[in-house]
This record gives sequence, structure tokens and C-alpha cells, in this order.
Amino acid sequence: MNRRDAISRVALILGGTIVGAEVFLAGCKPKPETFSLFEDYDVLLLDEIAETILPATDTPGAKEAKVGEFMTRIVRDCYEEMNQVIFLGGMRKIDEESFLKYGGTFLKITPEQRLELLTEIDEEQKVYTEEKDPAAPPHYFRLMKELTLWGFFSSEVGATKVLRYLEVPGRYEGCTPYKKGEKAWAT
Amino acid sequence: METFDAIVIGSGISGGWAAKELTEKGLKVLLLERGRNVEHIKDYVAADKEAWDYPYRGTRTQKMIEEYPVLSRDYPLNEKNLDFWVKDSECPYTEIKRFDWFRGYHVGGRSLMWGRQSYRFNELDFEANAKDGIAVDWPVRYAEIAPWYDYAEKFAGISGNRDGLPQLPDGQFLPPMEMTCVEKDVAARIKEHYKGKRHMIIGRTANLTAPHEGRVNCQFRNKCWLGCPFGAYFSTQSSTLPAAMKTGNLTLRPWSIVTQILYDKDKKRATGVEVLDAETNKTYTFSAKIIFLNASTLNSTWILMNSATDVWPDGLGSSSGALGHNLMDHHLGVGASGRMEGYEDKYTYGRRPNGIYIPRYRNYAGDKRDYLRGFGYQGGGGREGWGREIKELTIGIGLKEALSEPGEWTMGIGGFGEILPYHENKVTLDKTKKDKWGLNVLAIDCELKENELKMRKDMMNDAVEMLTMAGVKDVQGWDGDGTPGRGIHEMGTARMGKDPKSSVLNKFNQVWDAPNVFVTDGSFMTSASCVNPSLTYMAFTARAVDHAISELNKQNL
Repeated sequence: MNRRDAISRVALILGGTIVGAEVFLAGCKPKPETFSLFEDYDVLLLDEIAETILPATDTPGAKEAKVGEFMTRIVRDCYEEMNQVIFLGGMRKIDEESFLKYGGTFLKITPEQRLELLTEIDEEQKVYTEEKDPAAPPHYFRLMKELTLWGFFSSEVGATKVLRYLEVPGRYEGCTPYKKGEKAWAT
Repeated sequence: METFDAIVIGSGISGGWAAKELTEKGLKVLLLERGRNVEHIKDYVAADKEAWDYPYRGTRTQKMIEEYPVLSRDYPLNEKNLDFWVKDSECPYTEIKRFDWFRGYHVGGRSLMWGRQSYRFNELDFEANAKDGIAVDWPVRYAEIAPWYDYAEKFAGISGNRDGLPQLPDGQFLPPMEMTCVEKDVAARIKEHYKGKRHMIIGRTANLTAPHEGRVNCQFRNKCWLGCPFGAYFSTQSSTLPAAMKTGNLTLRPWSIVTQILYDKDKKRATGVEVLDAETNKTYTFSAKIIFLNASTLNSTWILMNSATDVWPDGLGSSSGALGHNLMDHHLGVGASGRMEGYEDKYTYGRRPNGIYIPRYRNYAGDKRDYLRGFGYQGGGGREGWGREIKELTIGIGLKEALSEPGEWTMGIGGFGEILPYHENKVTLDKTKKDKWGLNVLAIDCELKENELKMRKDMMNDAVEMLTMAGVKDVQGWDGDGTPGRGIHEMGTARMGKDPKSSVLNKFNQVWDAPNVFVTDGSFMTSASCVNPSLTYMAFTARAVDHAISELNKQNL
């Protein structure tokens, strides 16, 4: 699926409420092979969404692990069409909610506002996921959150600086002491 | 035409063993492999990669799913070792009923990607067909094969505990791996509750827990299926191939698809093989006094079906009426799991390429069910990582901190059930469909029947009951996909037996109609047991070579 198809399907799903989508569809007709599902703006947006989910503290956050780029790669090449549509629609939805609530798109609002907005969306996602029919499509923020956790904790930054990772453990012990606060093994 | 003392067709677990044993006995051996060469260590291109070195972190893309429609049905389709799996589009087959066939066509075959669990059949396994009055009797008993299990284990290097259980005979083990704290307690509770009738033991696996036969011991990276640069698990490349090479008697020829075994009907002996070079499409013939057929269960049968068709239209071994029939696998995808409270002050060190095993207890030692045979479980208990759901947290610093620490302990077990040998579960040639080389393909017609479906109910219910009894909470049973093939333990289709009228092979794996052809991969299996079968192929292969040498010396072949 290319970006054009995806955007037009997003428009259908969301009832044409995406900011800028009509302009995009009407105004832009590049050759199909030059289409990509994501643009530079999306990587910036996804980096900030991911960073809000897993922020830098005394250890690095999702942005340093390039989770935005990771998400675009997985969604583009590994997702089925339906989830691509849901994911892309979700990015627009977040910008839209952000604009309606705080008067600016997600990249323009403060980290506190981002946290507040995405916390609300995550709560909505949790209820939806819990109650939905197993065959019903996933919530877009469920996809984003899952990709963020996966992309971050399987990255070099996440595995080695936030978790513990040993390339060659050399031995196995099945029952070792553990103190609260010690990091988990990456794998 | 080049001539050798022996030709081995296929370089996987059993073919590698045949090559080692034959060359060590002084025979000049040609080892044929239909796929590319994979050189030990050098060609394990992913072995030293980290998770973050993969663009898709190991997962499958939509493009991969299109190219590997069969492989995509289960875990083998992945980014990390894709080169070790057969591209379905090049090597199609016909599914009269769905059969998930996961193949590896390269030097080493599936010995590179295998699960390494290594168990002996027990006494009852070899008697079961006779006692139940089904299929045909094994022509071999446990006592006869036991020394060959010893022999295979001593060379392969099997880690395990001597548990003293007649249902799962002990072997020549390297030190066992350790259970986790939760596994130890669950094992103790199972033993106590079932009064010694059920046991949970540490898995017995072909991973070295001590240096062995010049190979380095396991480093607990748990990356076995990428190929091990330490040679710490048994594969053709780490073990049998170097042993065979060392003799100076081995010629390895990759890209060699054997299209038929050449047969002299007057002498009633095979004379050699015809090979299609998979790269050049040129045809070659090679001759030898004896032939070991180890092309993997279904492909060995394919070769037999395409051989000596001027004498028997349905191929060498078809005079028995058994060739292609009695296809078996282990049925799985059923079990239970839950979470274990407590143990917050316990953890693990290292990545263990092994789990726990619960040997068969159904229809054994006085137990009687409304189906025949039984099942075992594999599983494990460990602490959750970052992939867990934390209900009370949403996003932000709290989530990150929580996921940076280990979660709860969980424990799960999944069953491996015996499939009976049914004449109707079979493979035939589909001459209407061709592979990339213009060769006809196999049609597979195999299904689970009532016995297996009844067994699956026990497999789930027992799993739930045992875990619940052992203190595991929120235990959820599952009965998912039991489609044959998914066990990746194809067996049968050229079974051994006592009578040439109902079996393809005699008790030494010789084709009744061509005693200088030995078939020692999974196709010889007369019944399936419920234990992982590769160790049994190793033992029978070594025994068959021993017999072949003795028959050669007596000039009987």
C-alpha cells in the first residue's frame, strides 16, 4: 500500500476529518513508485510520541533509540494494510486532538501537555482493548505503544543502558538472588 | 562415472552420522546435499548479530510472508535465519490436506535449526504396535538399540539428569542444566502430588555443558538456530562433518539433487545414484557398493518412489505396499500457562537454550485412557521482561521504570503427542506439478484422527490441572493449531518391519528389495513415540553402518 491509498482510506475511516488530508489528496500526484508511507514529519512526530511514552530520565529515552524511525519501518514493511491505515490515521488523530485541546499540533505543545494528552488516549485504548471483540481492529495507540516498547527495549540503547545485556553470559544459573531496583535482562 | 565405496544422500542429522561412521570405518564416501554449502562458523552470518542489528528486529515482513507462504504459518519465518529455510515458491508441494512442511535444504539440513531435545524411546515404545495390534510390530526392541543410544549420546554430547525413569531411559549424559526456582518448586509439587507417577525434569538437550570431543561448551547465548560459533550444540557442521573430514575419506558435493537410485534388477542391488546439479542442471551418475538414504523423511520416500520404476512402477520399496504410507509427526499446540506469585527475590543468570520436560504418564504403568499412547510436555518457568502488560500504569516515567525491572514469574507447558501410524496418512507423487528443476513434487494427505483428538483433551486438561495443583495462578489452557507437520518431526512412509510384504525396510534399515540401500532418517520409523526423534535416528544410523560394514566384509552386499 502506498501513502496515497493509505491516506484515502484513513479519510474514509475517520469520516474525512483529517486535517490537511483533502489538500494532500487533491494537490499531490507523484509517480506511484516515489510514494512512501511516511514522511520526515512523521518520524519527528513518532519520536516525540515514543519519547512521551518512554522519556529520558537518568537513562536515555525512546528518541535517543530512534524509535520513530523504527516504527515507520515496521509499519511500512511488516504491517498488514488494515493496521497501516489505523496507524496512519492515529498519527493524524493525535495531531487533531492536540490542536483541538491545546491549540497546536503535537510537536508544538509542551512535554507536560503531551503526557496529559497521551495518558488520556492510553486510558481510552486500555478500555477499548479490554472490551473489544477479538476480531475487531486494534486501537491505534495500542499499536504505537507496543512498537515503542519493542523498538526501545530491543535497541542497543534500551538493552544496554536501560536494561542489562550480556553478549556472552558464559554460564547459566537458574535461581539467583534479586534485589528490587536491579535492572531486568534485555533477553 | 565416479565410483565410491558408499554414497550418503543428505547431510542433516542422520546423513552426517552415516558419513562419519562410514568414513571412520575406512570407506571412501560421497556425501550428497541438494542445497548450498554452509561452512561451520564462517557461514553463520547472523551468529554474532545483536537484536538491534536487524532492521526488523527479527520479525517477518509482508514480502517474506508472500515468498514463504507455508513457512509463515509458524515461528520459522523470521528475519534472523531466513537463509536456512526452503523458499516455498522454488520447492512447492501439494496439500491434499493441510500439512505444514518446514524444510532446510543446505549442508547440515535441519541439524542447524533443530530444537536439540534428545530423548530415548522406552521399552514400551518398541512394543506398542504389537501390544495394541495396530500397524506392524517394530523389528527391534529397546535392549537391542540401547547400546547404540549410548554410542550416539557419547559422541553427540547430551546434557541431562539421570532421573531413573523407565518411561524415559537415562543415557550417557553431560551435566544437566539447572531449573529455575519456580521450576524446582513446581517439579517437587508434581512429584509429591502424583506420588511419583508424574515427573518434571530438566530437558535433555544436545547442548554441551562441558567441553566435549574438541568442542567448546555452551555459552548460554540462546542463539543456537543461527549456527553456533562455539560448536556448542550438535549439528552436522559442529560434530559429524569434521569427524568425517578428518579421515580423509569424505567427498562432500553440495547442489546435488538425487533424482533416483540406480538399480540392477538382475543382481537385486542398487548400483549408484543419478544426480541433477542444482546450479547447472546437468545430470551426473555416481556408483557405489552401498547407499545410505538420509534425504529427510519425505524426500527419501520421494527418491525411492522415483527409483527402479522399470521394475516397480511405484518405485523401489513399493512392493511392500507400505511405501509412502503411515506418515506421522507429533501433534502440538496444546497446553497451559499461568503466573506464579512470590519469588520476587529470585532471578536467573544467562540464557538457557533448554526448558523442562514432563515425560509421558498416560496409558503407562497401569494408567488407562480412552485413547492409545500418550504425550509429554515441554515448557519452562521464568520472569517476565519488558513485553508485559502493566494494568495500573499508562505511560511515562513510571512505565519506563517498571519495565526496566523484571516482572512476575510465569510458568507454561505445551504437549507433544504421539500420532498413530495410519495407512491413509500418506504421500504420493503429484506428476501434474513441477518444482524449480522440473521435477515432480509430493502430494501430502495427512490428518489427525479420533485418537489424537481425544488425546488433545487430556493434553490441555492435564496441563491446567498440574499447573494449578502446583500453585500456578490464573492458569489458562489452550488448544490451538495441531495441524500435522508443525511438530517438524516427519516420520514413517518407509517403515521397517519383520515382513517384506508390509514394510519397506528390514530391522537394519535395509530396503528389502535392495539390501545395499539403507534408509536411516525419520522415514524408517514404525511408530512415533511422543519423544523428540532425532537421537533415535542417530542410534539407528550408527547401528545400520555397523551392520553394513559387517555385511560388506562377508561379501553379502
